[in-house]
Amino acid sequence: MVEEQKAETPEPVLNVVSTSPHAHSGASVQRIMLDVVIALMPALAAAVWFFGWDALRLTLSCVIACVAIEALCRKAMGRDLGIGDLSAVVTGILLAFNLPPALPTWMAVVGCVFAVAIAKQLFGGIGYNPFNPALIGRVALLISFPVAMTKWSEWTIPSPIGIDALSTATPLGLAKTNVMSAGTLPYHFDGGTMLQLLMGDQNGCIGEVSALALFIGGAYMLWRKVISWHTPGCYLGTVAAFSCILWIVNPEKNLPPHFHLLAGGLMLGAIFMATDMVTSPVTRKGMMVFGVGCGVLTMVIRRWGGYPEGVSFAILLMNSITPLINRATAPRVFGHQRKNKEKAS
Amino acid sequence: MKREPAKFKVNGGIHPAYNKQLTAEKAIIEMPVPSLLRVSMLQHLGAPAKVEVAKGDTVSRGQLIGEHGGFISVRVHAPTSGTVKAIAEAPTATGGSAIAVDIEPDGEDRWVEDITPHPDWESLEGKKLISLVSDAGIAGMGGAGFPTHVKLSPPPGKVIDTLIINGAECEPYLTADHRLMVERAEDIWNGIRIIRKILGCATVRVAIEDNKPDAIAAMEAVMAEDTGDSAVVILKTEYPQGAEKQQIFAALGKEVPSGGLPMDVGALVENVGTTLAIFEAVVKGLPLTERVTTVTGFPVKAPGNILARLGTSYADLLAFCEGLQGKAAKVVSGGPMMGFAQHSLDATTTKTTSGLLFLRPDQVRTFSSMPCISCGRCVQACPMYLMPAELSQMIEAEDIEAAEELNVLDCIECGCCAFECPAHRPLVQHMKQAKAGIMAKRREEKAKQKS
Ligand code: SF4
Ligand code: SF4
Repeated sequence: MVEEQKAETPEPVLNVVSTSPHAHSGASVQRIMLDVVIALMPALAAAVWFFGWDALRLTLSCVIACVAIEALCRKAMGRDLGIGDLSAVVTGILLAFNLPPALPTWMAVVGCVFAVAIAKQLFGGIGYNPFNPALIGRVALLISFPVAMTKWSEWTIPSPIGIDALSTATPLGLAKTNVMSAGTLPYHFDGGTMLQLLMGDQNGCIGEVSALALFIGGAYMLWRKVISWHTPGCYLGTVAAFSCILWIVNPEKNLPPHFHLLAGGLMLGAIFMATDMVTSPVTRKGMMVFGVGCGVLTMVIRRWGGYPEGVSFAILLMNSITPLINRATAPRVFGHQRKNKEKAS
Repeated sequence: MKREPAKFKVNGGIHPAYNKQLTAEKAIIEMPVPSLLRVSMLQHLGAPAKVEVAKGDTVSRGQLIGEHGGFISVRVHAPTSGTVKAIAEAPTATGGSAIAVDIEPDGEDRWVEDITPHPDWESLEGKKLISLVSDAGIAGMGGAGFPTHVKLSPPPGKVIDTLIINGAECEPYLTADHRLMVERAEDIWNGIRIIRKILGCATVRVAIEDNKPDAIAAMEAVMAEDTGDSAVVILKTEYPQGAEKQQIFAALGKEVPSGGLPMDVGALVENVGTTLAIFEAVVKGLPLTERVTTVTGFPVKAPGNILARLGTSYADLLAFCEGLQGKAAKVVSGGPMMGFAQHSLDATTTKTTSGLLFLRPDQVRTFSSMPCISCGRCVQACPMYLMPAELSQMIEAEDIEAAEELNVLDCIECGCCAFECPAHRPLVQHMKQAKAGIMAKRREEKAKQKS
């Protein structure tokens, strides 16, 4: 009887024989990158709102350049194109977000070459790059074209004496030069100023201005579990705590914590750059160490360094010790004693 | 109330699609004896059993056909009455091969004569009970297949104070243990009492995941009368809560030391199927000749929990479940997380065949050699707190020593890391490879030392 039934049964096609597990979460690198791109869209909208055509011009040219360079490099190395994972798109958008609105397109493309060809493909492509490609692109541009990279548009600053003035500096840059020359801060801080910074009505790189838009993107990535709170939470928390202490000690010369949090590239850095998977730690503890380290370095550079902004350098510096952090924060393997306990017993 | 929530839980773990609804409500049904049984001599962990019959012999159900092949070995009995047609090497479901005895059933299904039930088992000594278990050829039915009589005889000096009965069945799709608990709770409880007597331990914990409320209720009901320290521990549904070390931690909050055994923390874990087999062996005097296998997957026409004789071919099992209703691209012996993919349906059931799973083409993913993007998901998922990402990169670079240094031997091959990996890296394959390499190296060194 069994035989009879067997005859009717369509034979299964046993074409896949592989090791366990035979189930998968369905996650893919491509989907993760797509989620990052989606999360960057509110900030792109804000950029276009505040900077108009320039924001679109820079973003599009960087994305196209990054993807093209990635494909060219892969081809030159005789590998498959590998652009399907969308990581070059993410790099392109992030680099564009770190550029001032008036930067000529060709300079942006030079930045893309640094980011994709040198910082990424030279090291072996996705997964092998020790440094965040977009940040390398930005820093290379900052060194190569210091004038163009710090040429901002005009911005109405809320003045402490009640008369609004126009400025072509970033909020942080203005604070730095004022503290250095006059020894005081150029702002007064009321709700209106905060709202202005939160929405993005300030000078800066095209993608960093709107803290709110970046925050929405961050919330989306948290919900999609693309990032966890550990890195951005510790980064922002450290900046808040550090600046709070400085401010309490000397409010004349130090910016208040909410200003530090909302101005400059901190939000973009904490939410999108420090969380770059490839160049940040894999352990939860390591992510927290990484975030705290970024926060401390950012504040040290902002307060005592030569540059008004320290986010890029802080993250790149922390990138360089990511392998060390991974080692130092490796979890205790189940069933093993902690080293020091072993000695004690 | 004879139940308590688990107070502990290991970090890591995953929440795969369980798909237990396919068979969770299906009562166990007995499959008629098929036209041929191929009974392997290696249905357990350890040395294969020695064949005790010759071609042409007539055998009865329950007759010994394979004797212990060493200290760590398990007896094999004829699953039905019939004639020995052949004795030959046959491939096993786990990718190896072993001697198997082909029995052509005579249709009478006649038991051997010398069956001695022990309804009075409570008056028997522990030693005698262990020998009954040993005679019945019982191996751990949860998957590993470790000889049960060896497990029940801890070396002198080791005290086992807690017996944990594993009813977690954390592998997706599988429902055989679930059904056993619902349908045979009373007998399982008596099996537990027998083990309790053997070990002389007072504390009993039956660990069940909270996705099986009917099993929890059934076990709780049969344990209600017990005056000793026994309870159902309700585990949060999460893979791999049924893994031995993870389960002991969840139930007792104790970590089995690396390289150690549960008895090092005073615990012993038995699967519910094994516990039932112990009951059958002692109280009814019946050797292990059948088991429940969950035949399941979306392409199967009539998935179910099938009580089949050991040695039933996978093709016959599928045919009994009315075959396929769609394309299947992968067949797995066991569950999807730790089971073995099959080249064909020729393999036959053993004491450890918990499931036979058919996967649709769209459920099958192939691993790639994409680079690791350091997302850390594998690290967060690993219930042994390893760093699969780093390990796999070391193993890829053939640096086995570094992997050994980072405790790759602690890997339980649960598959959580590979399940989560967005780069689809073959992480478990890497771990298995490294573990095999290290073990081979150690054996070589031992051999050298001897010579
Ligand atoms: S298979 Fe091994 S390395 Fe991977 S999660 Fe399980 S125990 Fe960890
Ligand atoms: S899950 Fe995969 S990609 Fe992510 S860290 Fe682990 S191995 Fe790398």
